[in-house]
This record gives sequence, structure tokens and C-alpha cells, in this order.
Amino acid sequence: MCPRKGAASSGGRIEFNWHNEDGCIVKSVLPVLTVVLAILGIWLLAVIPMNMHLVADQAQRDGVIVVPDEPAARQAFSGVGLTWHNPDLVPLTYNFVRPRLPSPQQVAGEMYETIFTKSITSKRSLVYHGWVTLAPTLLGFLIGTGLGVLLAVGIVYSRVMDRSVMPWAIVSQTIPILALAPMVIVVLGSVGIQGLFPKSLIAAYLSFFPVVVGMVKGLRSPSQMQLDLLRTYHASNTQGFWALRLPASLPYLFTSLKVGISASLVGTIVAELPTGARAGFGARMLVGDQYGQPLVSWAALFAAALTAAALVGLFNAIERITLRRMGMAAV
Amino acid sequence: MICVILGVMIWAAGWVLNVQLANGLSSEQTSVKIAIPAIFGLTIVIVWELMVRGFEVNPVILPAPSSVLERLFGEGPILWADFQQTVLKGALIGYVVGTVAAFVVAIVADRSDFMTRGILPVGSFMAALPIVGTAPILVKWLGSDWESKAAVVALMVFFPILVNAVAGLKDTNSMQRDLMRTYAAGYWATLFKLRLPSAMPFIFNGLKIGTTLALIGAIVAEFFGSPTVGMGFRISTSFGQLALDMVWAEIVIAALAGSAFYGAMTWLEKKVTFWHPSQR
Repeated sequence: MCPRKGAASSGGRIEFNWHNEDGCIVKSVLPVLTVVLAILGIWLLAVIPMNMHLVADQAQRDGVIVVPDEPAARQAFSGVGLTWHNPDLVPLTYNFVRPRLPSPQQVAGEMYETIFTKSITSKRSLVYHGWVTLAPTLLGFLIGTGLGVLLAVGIVYSRVMDRSVMPWAIVSQTIPILALAPMVIVVLGSVGIQGLFPKSLIAAYLSFFPVVVGMVKGLRSPSQMQLDLLRTYHASNTQGFWALRLPASLPYLFTSLKVGISASLVGTIVAELPTGARAGFGARMLVGDQYGQPLVSWAALFAAALTAAALVGLFNAIERITLRRMGMAAV
Repeated sequence: MICVILGVMIWAAGWVLNVQLANGLSSEQTSVKIAIPAIFGLTIVIVWELMVRGFEVNPVILPAPSSVLERLFGEGPILWADFQQTVLKGALIGYVVGTVAAFVVAIVADRSDFMTRGILPVGSFMAALPIVGTAPILVKWLGSDWESKAAVVALMVFFPILVNAVAGLKDTNSMQRDLMRTYAAGYWATLFKLRLPSAMPFIFNGLKIGTTLALIGAIVAEFFGSPTVGMGFRISTSFGQLALDMVWAEIVIAALAGSAFYGAMTWLEKKVTFWHPSQR
């Protein structure tokens, strides 16, 4: 087992790491591949019974003999039971046009088609929808992170702010505010604010509090000994901030940034889901669902997952480079 | 105009009072520690009320706290039914199912080091993904009643709890395990007497993350189809009727439910992990 420093109990989540400590990359490739393959295997198996009823109905319409030939009788069978009676229909379940559960290669095909073969300005291109989602996410994330760092500095230096705001910052993390994202969009839309800003607001809100909480912890992480040392140097508060507190807070900041960016992305997607948005990952998921194009939904879902992974991976890379340059061990 | 001036004055008065309290002699007392955020919250609500009245803000955009409060007490039965449907049925059942599933997988995976090394990275990767996006699909599969909400919730809480449980089960050192071996303790005895207890701080971390996710999942999933009851349903239909005070009443309920759920987990954590340094 690779050593995992700074794991869960330090109050954060367990971080998502592309790389563990030295040498562990090699050690975990095979296990990770095994788990991924196992999930794919379960998925492949599940495709058959999930789609069997639909496929059987379609096959009968096409003139193929299906074993209980009454649609009503087929409903009495489970997906597995129906498969048992009609083994020759199995290949059809993998290429069904409107499956309940699309097969992996169908999703991959749809993703390939909508990412690489469409022009990126086309309404059918996932790159276009990805950007519609990504732009407010990044803008909101920047705003939220900036304000969060500012508030954290205020909290660390002002006793009143600490005592009055900090408890609310902590409580607010237990409130399911994300569920209200679509409503915020509607309200702002009704007063004429549309486009990038409402979604950014939600992304900003969601990345704000993790950053506040993490940064307060980070800015307070220098020990009394280190603070005393600066006092013996006759360093001012400002100097102490730039020379000690800010650098010491960086590992905490990066942890919060990773939590914040994935929260922002989830927020933007949820904001797009039921609000009648026409573009974006969230809109694609809903459109695919409503117009009976499950492949569109699934492709958007996986594209969103890839985007989240890429963003977190990016921050991981920045974190490693920064902390290494600063001479801190990569946490 | 008077309302606005009054609002500014109350805000200033509350702030000055808090400055006095925070820098005063008794600032370390528990009562003062609770009073300061309470005063802060109260001033915000009062200022909000006065600003809404003073600027005559359209209630379709931002209702006054007083009208929200009125709804909160006036619509008790509806709010209670929504709470039952969304929190007690959707969120709680899903939470329990997701937790149990995560425990089972964690304990099975824990038997082999190979599995653990595979599940940890994959699980923490999945935990960062927008799983709530599966809500439309699951609502389609399982129908619009609470079962589909519970499924979304279970899926959302599964990965954080799984990752924490797997990491926690690894959190014993060889000295402790050797001690168990000298007692001739078998696998199950070691699991229940040593490894599960020492995994608890991790597991509760996952459980606490899961509380908020559970409510989010249950409410968001209702936007995609629900019976005519439930907090997500009420939020979206009240919006359609421009009854923003009802929406805010549901928000208050959701906030209270979220905090209570989290608080309950924290309380349980204190009871279970009383031995851990962070609890003493």
C-alpha cells in the first residue's frame, strides 16, 4: 500500500490523486485497470437485460419470432428471464437505437462523433456545449476563490469577523444550496440578467465556502514558534502575512481549490439541468432525456466527468509543481 | 426611506455590539461564542426585512423574511408532507442504502491489497464527478416516486463513504495488528475489535460529506419528475406560481434538515470515536 499522506482525517476529503508517492504510479496501474475493467464488465452484462424488453418488442415488429409472442406476456418476465428464452436477440441489445442502458461502445461512438467530427461551433458539438458550461464555471470559480481568500484574510486578522462570520461559513456547508441553483437562474432571468453571469454566481457561491474554510485553516497553520520568530525580527503584520502565513497556507489552498472547482462544475451543470437552458452539459443531459435520445444524455454525462477529471488533474499538476518549487514536500 | 436608514443603523449597532463582545473580557465564554454569530445572523435578517420594505423590492424577486415565516407556520401540513417525501423517504433511505453498499464493498475489497489499490483511486475519482447528472436517467428507469430519488442519493453518497472506509480500514499499524495476533484473534475479531473502530474517524468523515449530498440528490432528482409532493417538486412549482415565499420556506426547511442531519452525524461521531485525539 502506498503511503497516503494527508488523508481523510485532517478534516478534508480524501484527495483525488493521479499520482501517489514515488513509484506508486506503476504499482497502482494494474489494480486501477482491473477495477475499471470490472466496472465495464458489469456494465456490458447489464446492457442485455436492461434493453431486452425493448429489443424484443422491436424484433417482433421486424418479424422475428420472439418466445412469449404477446407483449403483455413478456412484461411478466424479468430482463434476465427474457434473455434466457431469446438468446439470439442478445447481439441486438448492444446496438439498439434508443436503449434504456446504452452499451459502452455506443457511448464512446457518440462521444467521438460529437467531439471530433462536428465543427466546434455546431450546436451538436460537445466541445461547444462543454465550453458553454466551462466558461461560467471558470469565471465563477475565479470570483468565488478571490472573494473566499479575501474573507479568509479578514477572518484571520479580525476577531469580530472570525467570531461572527466563521460559524455561518461552516454551517452553510451543510445546507443543500446546490439544489436551488436552477431557481437562482430563473429569478435572475426574470429580472433580465441572463447568459454567463447567473451560472457564474452559483459556481462562485459553491467554490467560495470551501476556499474560506480551507484558507482560514491554512493561514492559521504557522506554529506559535514561527510567529514568535517573526516577532523577534520585528516583522509587521503585513510582512508576516506575505512571508509566513500566505506561503504556509498554500497546501490548504490547493486542497480547497480542488474541492471548489469540482463543486463549481457540478453547480453549473445542475443550474443548466431543469431551467430550459439550450446549451451546456446539463442541457444536453436533459434534452437527451426528454427527446428519447439516451445516447446524447450519456455522452454529455461522460464528457462532464472527463471535464471534471481534467480540471482536478490540472490543479493537481499545478499543486505539485508549485509546492516542489517552494521546497515543500508534495502533500 | 426610513426603513433603509433604520436598516443601516441596526446593522451598525449589531456590528458595534459584536466588536464589543468579541474584544470584551468575557469573549471566551460559550454563551458569548454563540451570541456573536446569532446577533450577526439576526441583524442580517432584520436588515433584509427592512431593505425589502424600504426599497419596495418585488416579492417575486426577494420576499421579506416575515412573509417567509408566515408561510413556514401557515403551510405546516404541506411542508411536513414534503419533508417526509424528500428527506425521510428519498434522502434517508438512499443514504442508508448507499452507506451499507459502501461498507460491504469496502470490507470485501479490504481482503486484498490489490483491490484496495484499485478502488481507492477509482473511488476518489468518481467522488469528484457530477454524479447528480444521472438523476434524469434514474428517474426514467425507476419511475418518479421516491425509489428513484433514493437511487440517486445512494449513488452520490456511495463513493465518498467507500473511499473513506477503504482508507480507514488501512489505518492500523503493524504493532496493533501484531497485538491482535498475539491474542489469537482471527480475521473477523480483528475487523470488529480493531480495524473497524480505528476506521471510524475516516468513515464519519465520509458520512458527514454524504449528509449534504443526500439532500442535494433527493431535491434535484425531484426536478425531473415526482409525485405531487416533495421539496424539489414544491420548489419548482412554487416558482411557476411566483410564490417565492413558499420557495424560501422550503429552503429554510432544507437548511434546517441539512444542518440537523450533519449535526446528528457529528453527535454520533463523538459517541463512537470518543477515544480519538480530535474528540478529546
